[in-house]
Amino acid sequence: MSATHFLFWFLSALAVFSALMVLISKNPVHSVLWLIAVFFAISGHYILMNAQFLAIVNIIVYAGAIMVLFLFVIMLMNLGKETEPRKNIWMKIAGAIAAGSLLMILVSLIGQATEMSHRNMMMKEGEIGLIKNLGKVLFTQYVVPFEITSILFLSAMVGAVVIGKKD
Amino acid sequence: MPINYYIILSFVLFSIGIAGVLVRRNTIIIFMCIELMLNAVNLLLVAFSKMHYAIANHAGASNHATVGTEGQLFVFFIMVVAAAEVSIGLAIIVMMYRNVHSVDANFLNRLKN
Repeated sequence: MSATHFLFWFLSALAVFSALMVLISKNPVHSVLWLIAVFFAISGHYILMNAQFLAIVNIIVYAGAIMVLFLFVIMLMNLGKETEPRKNIWMKIAGAIAAGSLLMILVSLIGQATEMSHRNMMMKEGEIGLIKNLGKVLFTQYVVPFEITSILFLSAMVGAVVIGKKD
Repeated sequence: MPINYYIILSFVLFSIGIAGVLVRRNTIIIFMCIELMLNAVNLLLVAFSKMHYAIANHAGASNHATVGTEGQLFVFFIMVVAAAEVSIGLAIIVMMYRNVHSVDANFLNRLKN
């Protein structure tokens, strides 16, 4: 197995294991830490596909800002293992069966999609993930959605402040 | 690397996220599983953008240098929207906690009486 194959399987196993541990952990702080591990594994996949800009942005935005925000909220509310709501065992089994059957349906789609079986190869190297090429397309073709996202952020900030206000 | 491996990995992560939304009752964990689902979709979009690039390079099209960038730019915008949504969602959760002093999702059922 070449190095890229080995890295792919290792990162995939790490991502799936950490995602399962997000579900299984009783302490919410542990769930946040396992989710950060998932984000690092997915960023590793991005680097493997040479999408360098997205890998760095994923780590900075998701693991660095959003998860830290989650940790702040959890620590503000002092959530721990004891304050976790009790859960019926049958609901857990029903949820697992529902998600498992969805996964089986989706995986069977892969087996039946013959069009994907000959579009088979995917590159590990390439230039479209570099920030120069992404920036060229972003600021020429997609500049209007880019400016609209600034308005989106403004509205999100105003909304968060208004919702969090004590009156 | 065949594209099916990435499709199946993304499906597995997505269904683990769905299982988390259905099973857990803590609203913060539910929110984190929604982020997990978004990340699974991001991974699939980047994989498809690379597949598109590989096919265009194979066929030798004229614009073969920039043919898959739309997928990765869409992932960038998904991350933007996810960041905005997390800030508002956490504000709502904090406000809910301030009112009822619990983050249990079933607790809100009692609001209807």
